[in-house]
Amino acid sequence: MQLIRRIALFFLLPLTAVAGVLPEDRADLMYHYYDGGGVTIDGPSLLVRKKFAEKYAVSASYYVDMISSASIDVITTASPYDEERTQYGAGFEYLRGKVTYAASFSNSSENDYEADTASLSISQDMFGDLTTVSLFFTRGWDDVTRRGDATFADEIDRRIYGVDVSQVATKNLVLGLSFEAITEEGFLNNPYRQVRYVDPDAALGYSYEAERYPRTRTGNALSARARWYLPYRAAIQADYRFYTDTWDLRSHTAEIAYTHPLDDEWTFDVHYRFNTQNEAEFYSDLFPRQDFQNFLARDKELAAMQSHTLGFGVAYEFKPSWADFLGKAAINLKYDRIRFDYDNFRDLRVTGVAPGTEPLYQFDADVFRLFFSGWF
Amino acid sequence: MKPVRLLGVALLLLAATGCSRLEPWVKPYERENIADPIMAWDRDPVSSSYMRHVYEAREGARGGAGASGGGCGCN
Repeated sequence: MQLIRRIALFFLLPLTAVAGVLPEDRADLMYHYYDGGGVTIDGPSLLVRKKFAEKYAVSASYYVDMISSASIDVITTASPYDEERTQYGAGFEYLRGKVTYAASFSNSSENDYEADTASLSISQDMFGDLTTVSLFFTRGWDDVTRRGDATFADEIDRRIYGVDVSQVATKNLVLGLSFEAITEEGFLNNPYRQVRYVDPDAALGYSYEAERYPRTRTGNALSARARWYLPYRAAIQADYRFYTDTWDLRSHTAEIAYTHPLDDEWTFDVHYRFNTQNEAEFYSDLFPRQDFQNFLARDKELAAMQSHTLGFGVAYEFKPSWADFLGKAAINLKYDRIRFDYDNFRDLRVTGVAPGTEPLYQFDADVFRLFFSGWF
Repeated sequence: MKPVRLLGVALLLLAATGCSRLEPWVKPYERENIADPIMAWDRDPVSSSYMRHVYEAREGARGGAGASGGGCGCN
């Protein structure tokens, strides 16, 4: 997403500057907290960027997820667990005229999953610097293992091809359009998750077997966005994304956001996001019998569902007297409340009813980000 | 073939514009508003990349944001 950031920062240029300027030197230290559906995830995150000679920029990131999970999947088919995921990243950018070349690498590691990702991008300003066109390519290599099973090991190969166009339409309106094609090949299901099927001999009326996914998935995401500058110095943004893939999953995502600064110190944000999707073609909450078909999924991520998010943010910007090297600094707090409603994923904590008639599952999540930003 | 033809026409138009210099219709001195920090697409990357990860771990759609394809505590 350095690409998006770079496009965004293009609009922060001083009026006298020509196009092609690297992002500002900046450091962000964040604490994140997620609580929803029996899962708690929190941890720190650090992102630092620094440029040299106005032509080169380097960035480094560090991110930790500390996970405590007693989700509905876990409590119905396994035991609650704790684990940790750590991610490191590094990036390099080179600006030559109106073209920016960028390369980045990251590694994500946890006890049963290892992911390496490399990205390349090229971005050019054109047509009087009103248009920025970017092309990017990402390659990912994941190693999947299973706790308590030394004989299992598999891989995922991921490729993402993308193009993004950002356009200044008027002196108060910017538009963006992007397209991404994502291909994945390998072990794409979760090695622990199970599906359920009707079993008249079982006490509950159903039993479980391991889920099985196809070994390939290709998805396409098309998104459009617009941001207006309002007459009284505020901004409103609308986003829409359409996604479809070879598993017959389609989703529509729409978001509207409003930014309102107050004096020079305070900035307030409010946004609403809506997402709806149908189920993948091999998804079922309850299969009629064991080994009903080649591919089997009961991952609620692949179920028909909707999510609604209402979010707020407040930022306070100041000049720290205790740190001369910082030109300015900001304290930010963001909070999002997300509601997930499933159309065909049932709550199996409810027993004593006929299989397939349990209430539909839903849950709310609270997501906090508290972070300090410093520009130097 | 229709999309291919459309793409061809678009490329021809793009090539044609390369022959004559386009005048920017929003002049540099008119870009005060769009240069305002509140007009940035992504003002806080550390926070927005985290939120993308939150959604990708819980929804079927993919956005292709870096190494977040790894484990997610989503089981």
